[in-house]
Amino acid sequence: MDITRLTAEEIREKIEKKEVSALEVTRAHLDRIREIDGDLNAFITITEEEALEAAKRVDQKVKNGEKLGKLAGIPVGVKDNIVTKAIRTTAGSKMLENFIPPYDATVIKRIKEEDGIILGKTNLDEFAGSYSTESSYFGPTKNPIDKERVPGGSSGGSTAAVRAHEVALALGSDTGGSNRQPASYCGIVGIKPSYGLVSRYGLIPLSNSLDVVGTFGRNVKDATLLLDVIAGSDINDPSAMEVERVNYLESLQADIKGMRIALPGEYMNMPMDSRVKEKVLEAARLFEKLGAKVEEVSLPHAKYAWATYYLIVVSEISSAMAKYGGVGYGYRTEDYETLDELYIKSRTEGLGEEIKRSIMAGTYILSSQEGKKYYEKAFRVRALIKEDFDRVFETYDVILSPTTPNLPFKLGESVKNPTEMYGSGIFNIPANVAGLCAISVPCGYADGLPVGLQIMGDRFKEINILKAAYAFEAELSLGGEHSGI
Amino acid sequence: MTREEVLQVADMCKLSLSEEEINIFMGMFTGVMEQVKELDELDTENVEPLYFLNIKDKPYREDVVEESLDREEVLKNAPEEEYGYFKVKKVME
Amino acid sequence: MPLKQNYPWEVNIVAYKTIVGLEIHVELLTKTKMFCHCKNEFGGDANTHCCPICLGLPGALPKLNKEALEYGIKAGLALNCQIADRVKMDRKHYFYPDLTKGYQISQDDNPLCSKGYLEIESEEGPKKIGIQRIHIEEDTGKSIHTEAGDTLVDYNRAGVPLIEIVTAPDINSGEEARMFLENLKNTLKYIEVSDCKMEEGSLRCDVNINVVDTETGKRTNITELKNLNSFKAVATAIEYEENRHISLLKEGKNTIKETRRWNDVENVTVAMRGKGTTDNYRYAVDVDIPPVTIKEAWIDEIRANLPELPHAKKERFMREYDLPEYDAGVLTQSKELSIFFEETVKLCDDAKQVSNWIMGDVLRRLNDEGIEVGDLKFGPEDLAALLKLINDDKISNNIGKKVLREMFETGKKPEDIVKEKGWIQISDEDELKQIVGKVLEENQQSVIDYKNGKDRALGFIIGQVMKATRGKANPQIVNKLVLEAIEEK
Repeated sequence: MDITRLTAEEIREKIEKKEVSALEVTRAHLDRIREIDGDLNAFITITEEEALEAAKRVDQKVKNGEKLGKLAGIPVGVKDNIVTKAIRTTAGSKMLENFIPPYDATVIKRIKEEDGIILGKTNLDEFAGSYSTESSYFGPTKNPIDKERVPGGSSGGSTAAVRAHEVALALGSDTGGSNRQPASYCGIVGIKPSYGLVSRYGLIPLSNSLDVVGTFGRNVKDATLLLDVIAGSDINDPSAMEVERVNYLESLQADIKGMRIALPGEYMNMPMDSRVKEKVLEAARLFEKLGAKVEEVSLPHAKYAWATYYLIVVSEISSAMAKYGGVGYGYRTEDYETLDELYIKSRTEGLGEEIKRSIMAGTYILSSQEGKKYYEKAFRVRALIKEDFDRVFETYDVILSPTTPNLPFKLGESVKNPTEMYGSGIFNIPANVAGLCAISVPCGYADGLPVGLQIMGDRFKEINILKAAYAFEAELSLGGEHSGI
Repeated sequence: MTREEVLQVADMCKLSLSEEEINIFMGMFTGVMEQVKELDELDTENVEPLYFLNIKDKPYREDVVEESLDREEVLKNAPEEEYGYFKVKKVME
Repeated sequence: MPLKQNYPWEVNIVAYKTIVGLEIHVELLTKTKMFCHCKNEFGGDANTHCCPICLGLPGALPKLNKEALEYGIKAGLALNCQIADRVKMDRKHYFYPDLTKGYQISQDDNPLCSKGYLEIESEEGPKKIGIQRIHIEEDTGKSIHTEAGDTLVDYNRAGVPLIEIVTAPDINSGEEARMFLENLKNTLKYIEVSDCKMEEGSLRCDVNINVVDTETGKRTNITELKNLNSFKAVATAIEYEENRHISLLKEGKNTIKETRRWNDVENVTVAMRGKGTTDNYRYAVDVDIPPVTIKEAWIDEIRANLPELPHAKKERFMREYDLPEYDAGVLTQSKELSIFFEETVKLCDDAKQVSNWIMGDVLRRLNDEGIEVGDLKFGPEDLAALLKLINDDKISNNIGKKVLREMFETGKKPEDIVKEKGWIQISDEDELKQIVGKVLEENQQSVIDYKNGKDRALGFIIGQVMKATRGKANPQIVNKLVLEAIEEK
């Protein structure tokens, strides 16, 4: 049995049944990482020692007949913008290359409490601020499906690691699609929870209004398993909400007959790769076959979503990034004569091009009269965009769309056309703007490249998108262990 | 956006851009602002800005002391420290 | 010195009007910081009250302190302000080593309190100084500059809760500013939201000042004054600065809109080097802190629990204890003093007597030593005991003052002091008659002088008796006995 081919659910089952030990599972995955990651570059830091220790503790629990956590023995990858105590957390940046957090993010605490085994910190776009993982200070990650292509971003390291069986589950984050687009590009499942479902305490911020922590798995159940563990209010994150907890795993299997599915006309008319469009329309038909009702709807303010998103995200980036100046922590320039120089040189030398451009844009917006006017306007338009969704969700349970308008592009291609790359998040950003939940589930291949289907749900109605995704996946027979091409 | 303005903005956010970076930024930003200006098409005068998605009844906490970090941990990531303080070496103000 | 005093013969006494507004930062006495559970405590080893939140570590999130919010509301109510019905926080961005996140969480528009006032007793009578706004925010860390020129930063203070109070430009002199600050300090101490110690930095004050030529209407550019470390410095700096503005006006010139630093060694303001105050703070909403709705019920509850404010207490003292306004004013200038007074009166009967002693000897000592009522080594019950000894004729008033001095020094009970020092007043007439007799014998000339109309000789004789008894004789009895004895002669 090749342990790394098992799903997360299977791994836990086998450990509980004592068919395999947590140590064996951990070693197998560490071996796999050793074998392929030199080339793949999905990991920035591999926490071998800590993982083996954690595995031994789980095995001790099994031996003692103690109750096992929900993630017992399952190898997990953590996107490197989520702080891990005593383990270097870099955010993919030179600025935090040697930063050792003195505390664990809440989601990390929860994974540890449920006996999950963290194998390492995965690669990402610098500070999660882009869409291909190419802006990482630690080099780009390759897409396991096609090594000449990007895995997507900003959570490319996590999705590549899951796809390539280096880990069974992974954490990511999503500000404008970063937990869905790379899932789509790597042919796996990615869940973006509703804003406020999962604690952001310990998530290095990019945009405080839009950021969430998300999960990845090779199938819907696995990704849901991790979501179940990390979700829930947290006193350390005042913006996380007290929501009635639903047992996602139990409700997955429910029949979706009669489910009302919306297909936004505005999205389907946006420019996109025709192969992607075809696959998504196929998916819609499949849902109908399953007994759901698929209808076209209108989201009248759809065309304004990008500008709204942009104004909010760059303004908040410029604010979130103000803490990096080489004073209390982080990269500090070697020589400086004035305080200004300390800041300018540390920030200029420590930060990459893309994130600097976002900081510049945000600074302009917040510092000029004109910019400030649009900043405030963006929050008003945000209300209108949310209203569009509220109206649709009065009648419909979920909304379908492609995850991305394109297929994974080649490494190095995005540099030639920076704005083209931003366009790849066009179907994702509305969920961030309105705080909705969304899932990307593989819906087939086009010329060997994966296509992702995005299913969006109303705030805190994760159960709807999970049910729909699960039923869809089962029908498409991509559920369970699937190896893609 | 003029080059002057770009340099002013860079100074405000403490960044130093190369000529190439300035040009890339100006090009990109001009394009972006055009799309941003499309928001003017919408009448939002009677729309409340949506700053907060999560409204709570009691979004505050009690005034109870909890343990702080050990000084060693506090200073662990300091680029330079002395006598238990964070240090920034001699600068002219 | 104010210009008016220098030139009393000036025809136009109010040729120039000084306009002053104050910006005051007050540290709140909560147990924890504004956004985290770290201790809010002055002193302490550097960097020992810090956590990921106040250190601004990536990923940390702020947690609003309910008590700080309540203290802010209390301050607003005590200063007659309107309280906002919704509180949201904003980020104020600038780069400085003592500001960990690169932004300070503060309030831009929609401050917690607004449109209030505080009364002062100006030269022209009671005057309301408007308070434009009070908002809550967090304090920064502290930087020290070493001799080598390095900067060392301590983040213990980073995140401490502050209220920022901005007055209307209603203040017209250094003295008025000082009075305002005294009243403000008293009020805030009364409601126990701050200890307002400028020397510890729990109260900081910046001044905005300009001058108007009342004839021509010409105004100078506003200058901002910083580095004022005492109420006196505020007053002196304002006087210096208004002179500077007036001198320039007289020369047909104007001031530059700038920030100036008070140098309290040379007693001058100096232009600050470096960039001007053209900081663009790029205010943005802090979405990590969900807005707080302040319900009427909560405000009513806070208002109901406010301790008696200085003004109300003064009126009550005048009524209840039949004290003159002056006395009531002095006694209520600090909450501790007023409590000390009332506790003492509970144990005595004569409120006026207690008032005199406190206003006189006690207050003098407190001011001389620069200490607070809380630092006294004795309590109200001890002062009451002392007064009882005097009223019972056990000791004279003068001895009483000596005993009080001992009480200040040692904290011993008045009865013990009197016993130890053997200061019990001699009231035994037989004993005193003997001494009086002796003194009269030794000072026969004085007796003759007195009989011849020299009243001063009586005083001398009494003085001699007091000397002979080392001051312990009951002066009234001595007086009586001496007169009787002289009569007999």
